[in-house]
Amino acid sequence: MTKKNPVLTSRQIFIPIAALLLLALFNLAVDPSFFKITLGRNSAGDPVLTGYLMTILDYGSEVAILAIGMTLVTAACGGQDISVGAAVAIAGSVILRVLVGIGGDGTLQAPILVGFLAACVVSMLFGAFNGVLVAVFRIQPMVATLILYTAGRSIAAWINNNELPIVTDKSFTYFGGFIPGIPIPTPFFLAVVCIVIALLALRYTTLGLYTQAVGINASSSRLNGLNPAFIKWLSFVILGLCVAVVGLIKTSRLSTINYSVIAKDIEMDAILAVALGGNVLSGGKFNIMASIVGAYVIQFLTTTLYKFNVSSDALPAYKAVVVILLVVLSAPAVKDKLMNLAKRQKGVG
Amino acid sequence: MKKRTIAVMLTAAMAAASLAGCGGSNTGATQAAASTAAASEGATEAEKAEAPEEKAEEPAAAEAPADGELIKVGIINNDPNESGYRTANDADLKAMFTKEKGYDASFAYSLKNDEQITAAQKFIQDEVDYLLLSAADTSGWDSVLKDAQDAGIGVILFDRTIDASEDLYLASIVSDMAKEGETAVNWLASQELDQYNIIHIQGVMGSAAQQGRTGALDEKVAAEDSWTLVTQQTAEWNSEKAQQIVQSVIDSGTSFNVIYAENDDMAKGAVAALDKANISHGVGKDVIIMGFDCNKWALQELLDQNWNYDGQCNPFQAKYIDEVIKKVENGEALAEKVIIMDEKGFDATTITEDDVNNYGI
Repeated sequence: MTKKNPVLTSRQIFIPIAALLLLALFNLAVDPSFFKITLGRNSAGDPVLTGYLMTILDYGSEVAILAIGMTLVTAACGGQDISVGAAVAIAGSVILRVLVGIGGDGTLQAPILVGFLAACVVSMLFGAFNGVLVAVFRIQPMVATLILYTAGRSIAAWINNNELPIVTDKSFTYFGGFIPGIPIPTPFFLAVVCIVIALLALRYTTLGLYTQAVGINASSSRLNGLNPAFIKWLSFVILGLCVAVVGLIKTSRLSTINYSVIAKDIEMDAILAVALGGNVLSGGKFNIMASIVGAYVIQFLTTTLYKFNVSSDALPAYKAVVVILLVVLSAPAVKDKLMNLAKRQKGVG
Repeated sequence: MKKRTIAVMLTAAMAAASLAGCGGSNTGATQAAASTAAASEGATEAEKAEAPEEKAEEPAAAEAPADGELIKVGIINNDPNESGYRTANDADLKAMFTKEKGYDASFAYSLKNDEQITAAQKFIQDEVDYLLLSAADTSGWDSVLKDAQDAGIGVILFDRTIDASEDLYLASIVSDMAKEGETAVNWLASQELDQYNIIHIQGVMGSAAQQGRTGALDEKVAAEDSWTLVTQQTAEWNSEKAQQIVQSVIDSGTSFNVIYAENDDMAKGAVAALDKANISHGVGKDVIIMGFDCNKWALQELLDQNWNYDGQCNPFQAKYIDEVIKKVENGEALAEKVIIMDEKGFDATTITEDDVNNYGI
């Protein structure tokens, strides 16, 4: 570790960007065609860009959207929501229930926007439920969200009476695919919109400051006139909103839903994105952009592994290795050691 | 400081959990794999199993006991919410074991073995005549089945086999997954392509459905020079994962002409990736699409010539169970203990509207 640019390396976003560069360099060295992007047409005749990078932008966006909410929850509560996968199933189920209904023939019964808004409301309600458990009843977040993690998929199945509605309307596929005439995958645009809204909210409201204050020390922030319970609760509601967007993307990809597998294990990716972003998992300081870059890094890793034909059931193992490395590196004991080492080197030099 | 340590530990535990999960499916551990096996046996609309219902009606109505004495059956099944396969299975059983057809049926559902065993004990206390069982797990059934035998209760297994002595049950009605795979591979061979470049998308590793459907294809690929696997990956019955796997092959520019997906959901995901890249698929097109489970929507895809083949995994066991019970009641001997159900493979060029309605689940 050379300390040429201490300002850069000590910044939080350095870790995910370094990881991204590392992966990019690796791919460049092994097979430069990884970066090839071609403009083609899909079966509907619309122009689409394809290539590994586009795949990363496409699939990484889901986790990126969730990472926004997960970062806030982590920062405010010092714990993670493990129910997002199940919540995505619920959101998707609500969308399909509103759009097609039980026993429908696949034609739209309501505008897509209405379905999406209904999903937003329901997801925020479930988020609020989690939030109340954590903020008011002071249950450890991971334990509190375990309830919805367990029950969520059954609730999702129940919403549609255990049917699997299929949407036949073409316009519903735009959200997880391509809008005709625009060759960039729509999930990326949705992610950009979410990111911009989140960053604006952090820039122009006190949300970021309050969240951080509550995360660092809830009781002292209460003494300073903040309402920690409300801030924690709010972070779960915001995560609920992110979940609804992902639910829309997920159901749109295939125009249907499978309650038992939709968004399976996505909570692990979202939490990993937060960890990769260098956010303190026990709450406090946070950087949303770093989490978002982290999300794309995860997809970069996944896509790279797929490219090398790594067995897909081994993927969690690779991700686990990354988590272990990160967690160990960010552990206070290791951090102090590294700092001392760096200082000593500086002293010698 | 303390808080931080807890967070670190929890994250590490999570990482370990994901590792463990992966190991489990690799070794084909019966517990996790078996329950997910049928759990994701494809899924579709929770349509009632109309066809077998109608078929079953005739013999049952004729043989309904005149004296009004009902045969008491206790049915232990997996949770019908688990998958479309299970929903169809449950609907089929419910349609068969009714008062009108001479049965007094009680149902118990669980995906957990211990809860199922408790339910079995309760049924034994209730003195049912027959215990029908689709076990969540293969082991742990010996003692309770012995109790049933001592109480003079006939046990009939359906859908899942268990690791217990054959003496403990009357009959076992199951699907032959290896045969499903063979039928599919034979169909594929009959297409007589010059070169088979196959994308093989597998189910949850170690599950019976995956092993059976993979085995036949693996054998054929090893035996024939013109058959190659472009990629062989598990998508764990998950359509999104299948989509990513196929997307990755398309991105790499490798050519392929067959997609062999071990259930309909994964075939659907694969097709979504093909559509995005404008690769034609279906009858007479560039890529042959194969799926399993015969979901109604999947058979519709066959009828529309978008897919080429779909292999059946028969959830309609009620008719077979009914036959077994009738035989035992009449004092006839059963020809065989393990009854393997008829399972078809549908070809897009020959499938009819009636097939979709009769065999779709």
